[in-house]
Amino acid sequence: MFLSLQLAMNDYLVFAFLIFAGALSAGLLGALSGLGGGVIIVPLLTLVFHVDIHYAIGASLIAVIATSTGAASAFVKEGYSNIRIAMFLEMATTLGAIVGAFVAKDLSPSTIAIIFGCMLIYSSIASLTEPKFPAEYKMSKLAARLNMNGSYPTADGPKEYKVYNIFGGFSVMTVAGVLSGLLGIGSGAVKVLAMDKIMKIPFKVSTATSNFMIGVTAAASAGIYLHRGYIDPAISMSVMLGALAGSIIGARYMVKVKVKSLRYIFSVIILALAAEMIYNGLTHKFG
Amino acid sequence: MSIKKYVKWGDPDMELLLSRIMRYGIVIASVIVIIGCITFLEAHGKDVPQYSHFTGEPPEFTNVWRIISSLSSTSGRGLIEFGLLVLIAIPVLRVAFSIGSFIAEKDKTYVIITSLVFILLLFSLFGQQ
Repeated sequence: MFLSLQLAMNDYLVFAFLIFAGALSAGLLGALSGLGGGVIIVPLLTLVFHVDIHYAIGASLIAVIATSTGAASAFVKEGYSNIRIAMFLEMATTLGAIVGAFVAKDLSPSTIAIIFGCMLIYSSIASLTEPKFPAEYKMSKLAARLNMNGSYPTADGPKEYKVYNIFGGFSVMTVAGVLSGLLGIGSGAVKVLAMDKIMKIPFKVSTATSNFMIGVTAAASAGIYLHRGYIDPAISMSVMLGALAGSIIGARYMVKVKVKSLRYIFSVIILALAAEMIYNGLTHKFG
Repeated sequence: MSIKKYVKWGDPDMELLLSRIMRYGIVIASVIVIIGCITFLEAHGKDVPQYSHFTGEPPEFTNVWRIISSLSSTSGRGLIEFGLLVLIAIPVLRVAFSIGSFIAEKDKTYVIITSLVFILLLFSLFGQQ
């Protein structure tokens, strides 16, 4: 439709530079909006650069590992991430990611594009709606037994929190893992659904913990993508370096930008990309 | 009790060490990829890329050991692929260190949980030849 550019005639030097610039913007927007850059890297590579969706997903996984590792090293220092919650839920996400990566082999690019489009719509809507908390919530004995309840630093000293509905969170995390392996994204929006809305983990803790998990989840599917020959060095180098640079710059200026307005802008961009992905999937533009 | 709960994860030095491993890891991976990128673009910068149809990577880029063993050929692509492998190894290494940290804490449940995650990651990287 409207996004397509004629770039096929360019050489590697131009190709590498343009993808670097695109990944940088994706990383920047992802960090500023809190949605992660992964969701726009695959649409960017497939729709704008006409890269095959398998290569695009492989490169996107690389970008996801790079940005989440970069951010996680800062979060760990601040003491927000809860490694026990992360490890417990990673059983679900890594298993899901491996399943997702295996399933991806048997799906046509068109089908993957349509699933991707639906995921983009979900991410966009989820980022705009405020979470609603029910007044009463059942205590989780399992959370206590697994020693997951903790505290995080605030201006008034450490604040305690409890973790709820572990089974619900675990199930949704499995879905997040499958989507991550299938689409090459961090599935940040689904992880937030599981941790914020189902397990009632405080926002800062869930963000930091989710960030730690995203890298491990992506690594679980990256191994399988590597074996399949989906990780191309020439595409991945620009995507990795661009996304990393973008997320570092984004993280530095995060506090200075009005997040709300940015989220609206980002949501509109994502909805447009979703429409384009689904349209191309339905018309079999991706093959 | 609040201090123990606040730290939540063994020795604070361990946390700092892990944060450093990740930071150094990402710098090392980036430097390798940048060197590979320059080498590759010097040799092939004027070639026309063809990515609209999936053909898959050559065998030397689809296996951990072959990526490492083909490094001697000093090709830009090989170097980039090795850098990407270093990047993928960072989260895996972190999980491995977490097992150690839970062993130090004598937290059996989490030693088992973390080992399971580690096995899944190893399966993904080495499991299917």
